[in-house]
Order: sequence, then C-alpha cells, then structure tokens
Amino acid sequence: MENQNDATGKRIGMWLFLYTEIMLFGGLFVLYAVYFNSYKDDFIAGGKDLDTLFGIINTVILLISSFAVAASITAIRRKSKKLSLVFVISAVICGLVFLVNKYFEWGHKIEVGIYPNSDLLIDGEPGRNIFFGLYYTVTGLHGLHIVIGLTLLVISAFFISGNRITHQNDTLLENSGLYWHLVDLIWIFIFPLFYLIL
Amino acid sequence: MEQTKSFFETPAPPNFKGVLSWLITTDHKRIGLLYLYTITFWFILAVLLGLLIRTELMFIGPTLVEADGYNALFTLHGVIMIFLFIIPAIPAIFGNFILPIQIGAKDVFFPRLNLLSWYLYIIGGIFALVSLFGDGLADTGWTFYVPFSVGTQTNVSYAATAAFILGFSSMLTAINFITTIHRLRTGNMKWLQIPLFTWSLYATGWVQLLATPIISITLVLVVLERVLQTGMFDPSKGGDPILYQHLFWMYSHPAVYIMILPGMGVISEIIPVFSKKSIFGYKAIVFSSLAIAVAGSLVWAHHMYTSGMSDTAVFVFSLLTFVVAIPSAVKVFSWVSTMYKGSIWLGPPLVYAMCFVYLFSVGGLTGLVLASAGTNIHVHDTYFVVAHFHYVMFGGTGFAFFAGLHYWWPKFFGRMYNMKSAYISAGMITGGFLFHFTPMFVLGMQGMPRRYYDYLPQFEQGNFLAGFGAYVMVAGILLMFYNLLRSLKKGEVATSDPWGGVTLEWSISSPPSLHNFETEPQPPEYPYDFARVIGRLRGK
Repeated sequence: MENQNDATGKRIGMWLFLYTEIMLFGGLFVLYAVYFNSYKDDFIAGGKDLDTLFGIINTVILLISSFAVAASITAIRRKSKKLSLVFVISAVICGLVFLVNKYFEWGHKIEVGIYPNSDLLIDGEPGRNIFFGLYYTVTGLHGLHIVIGLTLLVISAFFISGNRITHQNDTLLENSGLYWHLVDLIWIFIFPLFYLIL
Repeated sequence: MEQTKSFFETPAPPNFKGVLSWLITTDHKRIGLLYLYTITFWFILAVLLGLLIRTELMFIGPTLVEADGYNALFTLHGVIMIFLFIIPAIPAIFGNFILPIQIGAKDVFFPRLNLLSWYLYIIGGIFALVSLFGDGLADTGWTFYVPFSVGTQTNVSYAATAAFILGFSSMLTAINFITTIHRLRTGNMKWLQIPLFTWSLYATGWVQLLATPIISITLVLVVLERVLQTGMFDPSKGGDPILYQHLFWMYSHPAVYIMILPGMGVISEIIPVFSKKSIFGYKAIVFSSLAIAVAGSLVWAHHMYTSGMSDTAVFVFSLLTFVVAIPSAVKVFSWVSTMYKGSIWLGPPLVYAMCFVYLFSVGGLTGLVLASAGTNIHVHDTYFVVAHFHYVMFGGTGFAFFAGLHYWWPKFFGRMYNMKSAYISAGMITGGFLFHFTPMFVLGMQGMPRRYYDYLPQFEQGNFLAGFGAYVMVAGILLMFYNLLRSLKKGEVATSDPWGGVTLEWSISSPPSLHNFETEPQPPEYPYDFARVIGRLRGK
C-alpha cells in the first residue's frame, strides 16, 4: 500500500488522537473548574492534605522520562540503536516508579479513611468529598494512561531491538513518544490543580 | 463488460476464503458492507421496538407491556437508534465505501484501524445485548440523566459501557477519514475539487473528534458513580446533577450534527445528478458544513432551558441556536435552487432526497420553536420535542440513508433494484411518516408529556393515528429492504454509471475492483460539471 511510508499521515492520525485525549481530560477539568468555584475553601484544605513532596517527586520523574523518550528518538535518528534502547527503557523505569509512588500515595490516603464513599468523606464537608472524588477520578484515569503509554513504550523497545524501528522508520517510536509527552503534559496540569492550590 | 474482477472475488488480504476473507479484511469496501449488514440488523430491531412502543400507546391503558417494560422499550429504542444506527450509518457504510473512491484513493489511510473500528462497533453492540439480561434493561432513556441513572437497579452500567465503546469506534473512524482526506487525495485534487459528500464527512469527523471524548468521560463518571459512589453528581454528597446535563449535551448536541451532516452530504450528491445541473453554491455548501460544525458545538444548553440555568445563559444559548439555523437554511436553498430549471429525472434516490428536504425543513423550523426560550417552556419535554427530533433525525438522516442506499446500491452490488417497488415503498414510508409524527406536534401543543406510559382520554385519537402511521411506515421500510435484497438475485445488472453521475465513483466498474482504479484517476476540474454526461445522453 502506498501509504505505508507516509510518516506525515501517521503523525496526523496520532495528533488527532491526542486531541481527543485532551478533550477527554478537558471534561474533567471543566468539572474541576465548576466545583472549585463552589467549594473554594474545601479545595484549598483538601490540597493541603495531599503530600506535596510525593507530587513533586512524581513531576520530576515524569519530566525526566519525557526527556528520555525525546532523547531516544534523537538517538535512533543518529543510528544509535543501543543508546535509543537505553533511553526508552529508562523512560519505562521512570513510569513504573511513578506508578509505585502513586500506589503508596493512594494506599496512605485509603489507610486514613479517605476514599470514595468512605464514612469520613460522606460525613464531612460536601466540598471535601468532591475534591477527593475528583482526585481519585483524575489521577486514576491519568494512571491508566500511564499504563497505556508504558505498553506503547515497551512495544517500541521490542521493535527497536528487533530492528523494526530504524532511523528510516521511526514513526512508531515517535508516536509512542508523542503519547508519552501528552501523559506528561496532563500531569503538569493535574499537579498544581491538586497539590499546589494555595 | 469489465475484464477486471470485482472486490467480491478478490479478497484483501489475499489467500483467505469464505467468511474469514470478510472478518479479517482491510478492504474499505468490504468493511463498508460489513457495516451495512450489522447496522441494518440493529436498525430493523430498533424499528420493531419503536413499533411496539407505538402499539402500546395506540390505546389507553396497558396494551402490550407494563410501565417498567415500556421504560425499557423506549430506552433500548433510543440507545440503539442513536448509537448503533444514526451516528455510524452514513459515515461507516457509505463513507467507508465511497469516500476513498471519491477522492481517487485505493483505501482509507489506516485500513487495519478501520477494521478495528468495526470490531469495536460489534463489541459495543454485544454490550447493548448483554444489558438485556441480568438485572433488567436500562430504563433511563438514552440520556442516562442523573440522579436516576445512578440510583436505578437496572443495567445502566452495561448500556453506558456500550455507548462508550461505540463512541470510541466512531472516533477512530473520524480520525481515519480526516487523515485520508488530508493525505490520500489523488494527484492534483484541490480542496475545492472534493465532492460534497466527502466534504460533509470531513466536517463530521471534526465534530466527532471535538465532542465524542466528552461523552466518553461523562459515561465513565456515571459508571464510577454506580460502582464507587464518588458522589460527583449526587447533591447529597456535594455534586451537581445539572453539571451532568451540561457534559452530556456538550457531546450530544454536536452529535445531532454528527448525525445530520453526512445525510446532507448524500443529498448534495443526489440532487445535482438527478437534475443534470451543477450544484448551486458549491462553496456555500462546503462552508455551511463547516459553519454547522463550529456553531453546532456551541448550542448544547438549549436542551436545558427548564433545568435551572441563569436567564443570561438561556438568552445566549437561544441566540446561538438561531444562528445554527442559517447554514442549514443555506443548504436547503442551494438544493432547491439546484433543481430550478434542471432536467429532472425523478428516480427513487431523488424521491427520497426531496422527501428529505421537505421533512428536514419542517423539522428544522419546528426546531426554532424549541430554540426560542418562551415557546420552549411551553412545549418542553412534550411530544412536540419527540416529533421535532424524529422529523430531523428520521425524516432527515433516515431518509438520507434510504436515499443513499438507493443511489449507491448499484455501485455496491452491480445490481439494479425494481423501480416500481422502490417508488411504492418510498411512498409508504413518507405517507406513514407523516401520519406517524405529525399528530405528535399537535399532541405536544396540547400538553402530552413525552416518555409517559399512559395518557389522558383526549390524547387517544392522536396516538391512535400515530400508531396507524407507524404500521404503514414500517411496512414500507420492510418492503424497501425486501426490494433491495431481491435485486441481488433477480435485479438487472447495473452499468458502471446508471444515473449519469460525475464524481469518481461512477467512472469505475460496478462493483469496483479491489484497487478501485485501474489507472491513476483524473478528477474533473469542477466536481459537478455535467457537460460530459449531457453530451453522452444527447449522443444516444
């Protein structure tokens, strides 16, 4: 088929898909905006309950992983298969560390009784319930996207080692990288909205 | 007459035979036909469900089902019609089959993704079927309004998951079409040489990308509400149910344009071909499609005048809604002007197309009654609304679907259906439609609320008439499908260009060969130049 080698077309398709992902999270951000408007004080209090240190570490981890993905694309374009593989795998490791952090963070919150429909939230301020409801929904959905992104990166790693992604044919790696940057970008918005409100 | 084999005889990928050659095909034409078969199945099922609803309402009191069954019936009818028929029908069937040919391409840009979309469609359908069993059918209506959809014990989660998956399927198709139109146009086809059907799918694709993710996240939230009880839309836990309505209509109003735009594209193809006259205002139709796509995304809250919004919001959304009527009217005027002084051949596709123009105009104008806040309060959630959206959705998109079926059928299968039966069924469907839905306008003005299981005695006559019309209409639909199916065996062999069309699909054999074009196609300078066709007809 003639479009097998049309990298631009494949990129267009990926960008369109990323656009739908932004709209998906956009719906949640609309909810956040409206509820922040109605429950400002509860949101600020809720933000103080979250562990900012965890948030900062995770932000840094994701930024590093995004750099690694970008570097791996540059590496493959300079025909350095080994270096590219190293970068992709380190990005995957960063992603896994992020998920482990998230696991401990959620685990801690659940331990102190903050989870959807918990007695603490139901009996407390309604705004607080909404804040943590949004927190679990948004970070949960984001976590799911991390898992999808990791899957794509792992597939890319296999393709690099099997020489199916080369300097002439790097679209899959580039598209996986684009996806990973998007996941990173969404986190850049989630982090201040939940951890840094005042 | 053609030496080359049609795509029916040459599977892609090769080496597979029988059912398998269809189930793993990447050929856009075969995928289009797969959609044709499955979508028709769901359509007929939902038509029969609708008939049950009308039969129930023909007489006062319980006739066929109890109140709970009635709620499940209209929910299932709505969910199937919206998510499994109207949204995918024209893009997935005609779009898949015709769009690549109209722009001179061999296939869509992502053939395997295209097949994946079909499988997602099937999985979505299976989820809808699964919701039939277990705790009972969802009884929320297709809108899944909270708080009821969170509280009810029925299978809302399955129905919502079905809608989520189907949304994903249609989104992937949209990505595919937009990329195809950008990257695979033949040689020197410029943007303003693209046929109008393809243009309408391009506009539709953008609306799908813009809007569908919103319904996805909304349905995810409803399911999360039901499973985890996060309380996001539950007032007792701090949530706001009105926000659900906003999110829902942020998708579902643009979705109305996802449904109607491809239909308008079909009509824009048929009317010039059967008038043997260049389309009036090609550019105006192109840009009105895009204008509808933009403006239609900004009017969602006109479904919510009575839900408790500020007067300012009501005013703004009312104004914007009136604005959308303008590009729609531009199209109607263009179609009618195209026919003016044309050499009209009243073939079955044109009959359906003309019924479309009439029914869509009535539906559009009654839409303005609903758009203006004052009258809306009076008829909100009455049968007036039901009649209005059936006029635009069925009288519009449904008739465009029938028109497209009759227009492209010879191209799909290389057979011509029986003309007489086609006219009879078109007459029955249109007559039945008018009997079916016009009384609902009156019932709505008199104050009969929608979605009610029973009614006061003064509404019986109107409901009986509507039910009577429904039977005529359904009989017409069944006759139409019978006639089309019969043509596969007994129909005359169709030529490659039975109507005298000028877009590229009429320049290749019927049914097309695997790669559509034997030589690189040359698109005409202007897509609706009939000089050549008229010359050929005169030569006869």
